[in-house]
Amino acid sequence: MKTTRRRVTHLAIGAAAMALVVSGCGGSDSSSDDTADDPTSESSLPDLEGESIEVAAVWTGAEQKTFEKVLAGFSDATGAEVKYTSTGDDIATVLGTKIKGGQPPDVAMLPQPGLLAQFAESGDIQPVNEDVAAAVDENYAAIWKDLASNGSDQYGVWIDASNKSTVWYNQMLFDDAGIEAPTTWDEFVASAQTLSDSGVQIPVSLGGADGWTLTDWFENVYLRTAGADMYDQLTTHEIPWTDPSVTTALETLAELWGEETLVGDSGTALQTDFTGSVTNVFDADAQSAVVYEGGFVAGVINDATDFTVGEDANFFEFPAVDDSEPSVVGGGDVAVQFTDSEVSQAFLTYLASPEAAAAMVSTGSFTSANQNLDSSAYPDETSKALGEAIVEAGENFRFDMSDLAPSAFGGTVGAGEWKDLQDFLADPSDVEGAQESLEANAAKAFK
Amino acid sequence: MSTTPPMVAQSGGRDDVPAATESTDGSIPTNPTSHDRKGTWLAAVFLAPALLLLLVMVLYPIVFSLVRSLYDAPGSSFLGFGNYVSLFTDGNTLTALKNNVIWMVVAPTLVTALGLMFAVLTERISWVTVFKTLVFMPMAVSFLASGVIFRLVYDEEPDRGLANAMLVAVHDTFAPSSSYPGGRPGDPDAFPAADDGTITSAESVSTGSTVPIPLLAVSPDDVPAAATVAEEAAEPGSDSAISGTVWLDFTLGGGGEPDVVDETEKGLPGMEVEAVQDGKVVGSTTTSANGTFTVSGLAPGDYELRLPAANFAAPYNGVTWLGPNLITPAIIAAYIWIYAGFAMVLIAAGMAAIPRDALEAARMDGATEWQVFRRVTMPLLAPVLVVVFVTLVINVLKVFDLVFIIAPGSVQPDANVLALQMWKVSFGGGQDQGLGSAIGVFLLLLVIPAMVFNIRRFKKEQ
Repeated sequence: MKTTRRRVTHLAIGAAAMALVVSGCGGSDSSSDDTADDPTSESSLPDLEGESIEVAAVWTGAEQKTFEKVLAGFSDATGAEVKYTSTGDDIATVLGTKIKGGQPPDVAMLPQPGLLAQFAESGDIQPVNEDVAAAVDENYAAIWKDLASNGSDQYGVWIDASNKSTVWYNQMLFDDAGIEAPTTWDEFVASAQTLSDSGVQIPVSLGGADGWTLTDWFENVYLRTAGADMYDQLTTHEIPWTDPSVTTALETLAELWGEETLVGDSGTALQTDFTGSVTNVFDADAQSAVVYEGGFVAGVINDATDFTVGEDANFFEFPAVDDSEPSVVGGGDVAVQFTDSEVSQAFLTYLASPEAAAAMVSTGSFTSANQNLDSSAYPDETSKALGEAIVEAGENFRFDMSDLAPSAFGGTVGAGEWKDLQDFLADPSDVEGAQESLEANAAKAFK
Repeated sequence: MSTTPPMVAQSGGRDDVPAATESTDGSIPTNPTSHDRKGTWLAAVFLAPALLLLLVMVLYPIVFSLVRSLYDAPGSSFLGFGNYVSLFTDGNTLTALKNNVIWMVVAPTLVTALGLMFAVLTERISWVTVFKTLVFMPMAVSFLASGVIFRLVYDEEPDRGLANAMLVAVHDTFAPSSSYPGGRPGDPDAFPAADDGTITSAESVSTGSTVPIPLLAVSPDDVPAAATVAEEAAEPGSDSAISGTVWLDFTLGGGGEPDVVDETEKGLPGMEVEAVQDGKVVGSTTTSANGTFTVSGLAPGDYELRLPAANFAAPYNGVTWLGPNLITPAIIAAYIWIYAGFAMVLIAAGMAAIPRDALEAARMDGATEWQVFRRVTMPLLAPVLVVVFVTLVINVLKVFDLVFIIAPGSVQPDANVLALQMWKVSFGGGQDQGLGSAIGVFLLLLVIPAMVFNIRRFKKEQ
């Protein structure tokens, strides 16, 4: 969730400026019935009457309420008592302090694979037992096991996954232009052209003032042009940014970013922050029709515009490039155990079950990668489609690359990858210069 | 400002008293009385908390920063002056330094000048309290809130940004915007568009013929309500005219055929159409409600048909205040808005302390108001002005929040200042607290001259 939260911070500045309250962290706030299956049907869990467990995560407010439904399911199934602690945004610091004080929580939800690796190497978290591993194997694509492992040991269960491969559009403007949601990159560019013909002044809205929106663009294109293996190598800087695969991805991006009729003046795009890029699309006299960003756009649409997700505001999956397989760039939270006890192992086993996933997604705030989850557990079509795309991507799910990079490269305003892609947006013809600058900054940060 | 603060006088006076006795009569003072010794102890007891706080919260951090600035990012290996070398070779830090110099020169000068103007004004107007309250009010707003306000004021979109809304309102009063901004040819082979938007026929058109001119990318909102469904133009019927249709070649909802006047497609009325021969406009007309036009009165022959750029000019959208070029002046303006009241209040207090009889005497001697201001008020006010100026210089050196909030992420490197850079390299992504400490130490060095100057002044006043 770290990413999403960081984003919400940025977003909050913009939103506060508009005297609007942006609540929570993405996801739609639409109310729903509790469609979670009865968790007592989980038969493999032991009877843990009298035991108790402490669980820590970043969530507060509505997200905490959702997560507490999951916890209640575990209590009902086993009789164990669950105590939830919210750590606030900076979970790494809070956990670090608790570990030093000798009182870590039994289980914590980490928003970053990097944190899992850090705690695994320091020996603070314990590997999962066979029951947990079996439950993960049964319910998740293998990539989720890899993401929860360090070395040969598996340490956790990814209990939610977010989808950052979604392109949101203004249904009315699409109808006016007579076009359907595109499925390939070429169709996407052609649709943007048609939108322009129909009189939409800036068909594709870019939030270039926030560098992370541009890194997310790049990651989606790169995952589709270079493939998941290359994506992993670029993530860890095994291959340099001057690699030809990066050239291809940037050239693909330039097909869109380089056309002023499609994305408008780049100077204006660089002045537009993320919230602005969304509200530019979902406005009564919108001059833009399409905006790319993750599932949390739905939250901004609900909170900051008069549009309704699923009606006049819809999304399509990030288009395939040259017949690429369905792929999703995203994030998520992984549950790890600091104490190796029967109750925490049982808790992790439960978290890997479809029942826990159903409770997790029941409010529309979260989506899950659990492939045995009955998608009817989602409260609305939008979150259902977001979740199904993640399951469909299967092995081709990848964690947000810039979130995995050292923050000097992938997470600093006005520096590193953010700045380099902003410069590239300003001049999309200079692919080579962008690559050299990216490589120079990456080399500095990855030393 | 010019009155001596009694607290300082007491603590400073203790050392001065024996010295003064020594120098006047030359005799060594007798043993200090028990009363004096008790006083020393008492002073120490009262000073201790403040000293302790200074030690823990000022001196220790300074020393720690000094030491830390000599180590690398994790703080494990000694770099010597390595961090200082990278400080002065890193492009971002140099930009920050340059901006800091601009800030130091421009902001205190303008704020002091403006404060002086306001202070003089307050002596002349009757609604002083209202005026002072208004000017001073921004001081009550936090920097963060002011930053958010100015971020909005400078927003590029005229619908949101106040500054551009005003510019656009003024501009459009004198130069009305075009009717069909963004419009471009639907058939660029037959009617290519020049860079400035002018659309000209690729081949010349003979008189007596009819020309369809399809256009695209005109927002449906820009099509006037008076526009009717486009029709194919009738033959001009004479050898001295060219007729045609200018229409929006896009069927809402899709399905229209390119370059064909489809059923629901609308004409674009009011479009300027020119017939050009040898670079000279020889005839012109405007389109009617259904988009048809007839340029008549032409000598039989071949002409170029042209839709001038004025039809399509993009609307004026104001200035990119928060772009790389204007960002620092824009933020300084916000700073002035906040601090002008501060300067005004201090300077007004200084002016109130100027003896009236000096001014009266000057006026009696026949000085004009300007001369009184220039020759009497200013010299008497100079000490206050200097204090205000120096205080502002110190304040400007640590400016952070305004830059952080007003500059959009893409422009932040261009607006960078040292305090922001210090935070960025230490915590905001760089995570190199060694380099951050080096910047902190450098900032301290910059502030020291101003501090010394201020302290000397205080001492002199005592």
